[in-house]
Amino acid sequence: MKTPIESMLLVLFASFLGSFGAVFLKWGAGRMSLNLKSMLLNWRLAAGVALYLISTVFYLMALKHGELSILFPMVSLGYVWTLLWARLFFGEPFTGRKLGGLALIFAGLIVLNLGRS
Amino acid sequence: MPGNSSAAPGSTARKAFSFTHNQSLLLVFCCTLFGGVAQYLFKISTTHAAFTFENGSVNWLAIVANYPLWIGLACYGIFTLLITLALRDGELSVLYPVISLTYIWVVFLSVLVLHEPLTPWKLAGVALICLGVAFLGSGGKKPAQ
Repeated sequence: MKTPIESMLLVLFASFLGSFGAVFLKWGAGRMSLNLKSMLLNWRLAAGVALYLISTVFYLMALKHGELSILFPMVSLGYVWTLLWARLFFGEPFTGRKLGGLALIFAGLIVLNLGRS
Repeated sequence: MPGNSSAAPGSTARKAFSFTHNQSLLLVFCCTLFGGVAQYLFKISTTHAAFTFENGSVNWLAIVANYPLWIGLACYGIFTLLITLALRDGELSVLYPVISLTYIWVVFLSVLVLHEPLTPWKLAGVALICLGVAFLGSGGKKPAQ
């Protein structure tokens, strides 16, 4: 079974959308109080959940063709996006360990794709 | 809104219980098993009889009848719930490396059940990603308690 480039692009897009889901959830969670009504009326939380759902649809479309053992590890690209947004939107600092983690994930993704049948 | 009871749910559940370090670890371990199975179910749901995005229209009935998809989503829900519970009491830098076990389970299932080829590249790639995720988990500055 081959993993087509289209599937990989779909995973890339899904991980991108999903990372924005995390941004909205974080944004919404900061304004959250623990009662159902305020949670349902919190549009940021709703947007976060919606982005996750849409990203799941793209991920499933990607999975239709290609190997799970290639496509699922590619979801880890989401970590890379999330770190960027955390820096940009929430001012969370890059640390040496975070950058090291990013480098390792990138290296892993490249090595993984060298093994694409 | 009917059915929306006035008793605020969740508000009393806050910190009604907490987990020890080992319990958090065990929770995350279980959560990775659910996560791995969820991925496997997602994959088979897309090749399930009538999962059609491709003919331009979405066959809603087929999606409703696609049971691997729903079981997979349920597993994913359990995964999220367990991870949230574990992260509440546990330390991120300890739990993140355990979370990356999910990658290992997915490769196991892909090779053993879906008969995808196992190459040294794949193993090395997944190992690097796991290591990277573990690093990320330890990257946040947390004041020593």
